[in-house]
Amino acid sequence: MAILREADKDKMTVVEGSYAVAHAVKVCRPHVISAYPITPQTHIVEELSQFIADGEIPNCAYMNVESEFSALSALVGSAATGARCYSATTSQGLALMHEVLFNFSGLRLPMVMTIVNRALSAPINIWNDQQDSISQRDTGWIQLYAEDIQEASDMIAQAYKISEDKDVLLPAMVCMDGFILSHVYEPLVLLEEDLTNEYLKPYETNYKLDPKNPLSFGAFADPSSYTEFRYLQQQAMDKAINKVEEAADEFKELYGRYYGGVIDTYMTEDADIILCAMGSIIGTLRDVVDNLRSNGKKVGLLKVRAFRPFPAEAIKQAVSNTSVIVALDKNISIGLNEGALLTELKSILYNTNLNMPVIGFSIGHGGRDIPEKTIEDIVQKAENVIKSGISHESEFVDLREDLI
Amino acid sequence: MSITPGGICKPGTTISNKTGGWRNFRPIYDYDKCTKCKLCELLCPDMSVLEREDGYYDFDYDYCKGCGLCANECPVDAIEMILEEK
Repeated sequence: MAILREADKDKMTVVEGSYAVAHAVKVCRPHVISAYPITPQTHIVEELSQFIADGEIPNCAYMNVESEFSALSALVGSAATGARCYSATTSQGLALMHEVLFNFSGLRLPMVMTIVNRALSAPINIWNDQQDSISQRDTGWIQLYAEDIQEASDMIAQAYKISEDKDVLLPAMVCMDGFILSHVYEPLVLLEEDLTNEYLKPYETNYKLDPKNPLSFGAFADPSSYTEFRYLQQQAMDKAINKVEEAADEFKELYGRYYGGVIDTYMTEDADIILCAMGSIIGTLRDVVDNLRSNGKKVGLLKVRAFRPFPAEAIKQAVSNTSVIVALDKNISIGLNEGALLTELKSILYNTNLNMPVIGFSIGHGGRDIPEKTIEDIVQKAENVIKSGISHESEFVDLREDLI
Repeated sequence: MSITPGGICKPGTTISNKTGGWRNFRPIYDYDKCTKCKLCELLCPDMSVLEREDGYYDFDYDYCKGCGLCANECPVDAIEMILEEK
């Protein structure tokens, strides 16, 4: 369970989420930052640009580029030299990076990129959902989802530690909900520079672009070896599951803050109904769980922090005694009518002896508010599933019938 | 040879990857016509034309892919492209 940060009150300050993230990036000592501004990511790169202009990030180059495609391409070359790299983007910008995402992970280069989750066009919409990062599910990037801005900023250091681990060497996305987290002002502890120097060692690699020791990067692999490259990436992802846990545990030990490892659970032990979700919606769900518990309803919360690697075993353990699982997805696979969590949850439970029903709800698309009442209605539907079985496996929430 | 992270290789590793098997047509010299003008060696995209001690050339069939550029450019038609057959 997440550790509430009572002890840190004297260190707390009130800043915007984007500033907290930019500050965390600064104290992680990056060598190259390249990014292209796009709402709602802009404040992060503005703050970083200001830090660079003020000389606050020594030994770091900020590369101005003409698109997100170029931003990430520039970082492929930078990371190949052994540099610690950072970028941030969202929505259309992430979509434009799609091709380069595969290059980054296939070349086994570490970096951290903040995804400020936003809906995709058309229709154009700048508000939050998680369709952008979920659509990059199979690119070989680690994907971590933050609940609040303290976690989103602390996760930067954790993500570098995981990404640069010699057994992993995969790039990582730290996903935070657009506006809800990026533009909110909240009390938090800015990532501590002294502790981070201790927590995050400099990135060392034996393989780097260096004219004195020439190496070929991005070589060709024909059918006789391509399969093995994919296999090794999958193995690295498997290893990353433990590394996510270790990074969180070491962080807890050093900084005293903890948000879960690959997952976090809240009142799941005796829960009949477990709500499962990612990102800022978790805060709302905690309150709903508290309210319903005070009314005697056995509801629990499963927060998925790591969507890739997907924490199948941890989830199976956490849900093993429940009666129904509810996936809440801010994304949808159109044509399957399922959000990604629903699909993954069903798939990991199949071929096991866990037979509880799993239902899913498409929620919060394009920044639609998610009031507590909506969650309570969803819990009501889950209770009906326990009584009389599934009527709808997956459905949209709060549809405005007057518009259809 | 095992795979390094991301397939990073030392320079010159294409030497271990013999590509002559891609060839459909095999270039053959007619040394009676050859004037040692060096054009085939200069133009070969795969460095598969090797100079001999006597100043004439041999093809390195381990790497020659049979593109036919040398035969096309030879000013005295001293290179013939023969269909590869078993």
